Amino acid sequence: MAEEVKKIMFTVRKPPHGSIYVYEGLEVKLIMAAYDADISVVFMDDGVFAVKRGQDTKELGIKGFEATYGALVDYEIQKVFVDRQSMESRGMTEEDLVIIGEDEDTEEPIRPQVVDASEIAAMMAEQHNILSF
Amino acid sequence: MKIAVCIYEGPYNHEASDSAYNFIKAAIDKGHEIQGIFFYHDGVYNVTKLMEPPQDDRHIANRWSELGAKGIDIVVCIAAAKRRGIVDDVLVPNVRISGLGQLTMMAIQADRMVVFGD
Repeated sequence: MAEEVKKIMFTVRKPPHGSIYVYEGLEVKLIMAAYDADISVVFMDDGVFAVKRGQDTKELGIKGFEATYGALVDYEIQKVFVDRQSMESRGMTEEDLVIIGEDEDTEEPIRPQVVDASEIAAMMAEQHNILSF
Repeated sequence: MKIAVCIYEGPYNHEASDSAYNFIKAAIDKGHEIQGIFFYHDGVYNVTKLMEPPQDDRHIANRWSELGAKGIDIVVCIAAAKRRGIVDDVLVPNVRISGLGQLTMMAIQADRMVVFGD
């Protein structure tokens, strides 16, 4: 019997700048996506700032990695979620979110899916393992 | 249970390394199997033989090396290591540098992945 594909979730809870966790965490996602695993990513708490559009990192003296999120769907990371309460409590709306790819058929831009905490909890309960960054 | 451990923080600076070590010892004592230990972010500094702590303090790198000698696979992420100047030449024995694919395999194969860090 074929081994079932393992579900692995990444949670991103830290702001994107000020420490390297979120950036190096993104590198993990891109590598792991090449393996036979069912990957999902959830941005919550200050992690929602990582997927805010229009980040300007010039003054920080770093390259920034917002653009890489635009390739998530190309890397076959389609299950990308944002915690609604975290997003709204930081004054963000769905329109503020980065585009992570485009629909193959309609060419419509794809954004992370905004979900409630209860939905995240239900997804977490299904995971084989969860990695936080 | 097969447990993989991921450590994100540097030694001495942060308790994560000590907590992970104590957790691993306790898990082994309870009869669990440690699938592997993966050092990421500043965690890569845990296994450099260049560290020389005061004699009355714990030697964190040697502690990891001793666990490695017992056959536990201890992996340092190459991407994180290169960024921080950690190369094969400075590693304590019984640990190895490899890629994020190793972390992936641990996440897939272990029953639980336990992360220590902020």
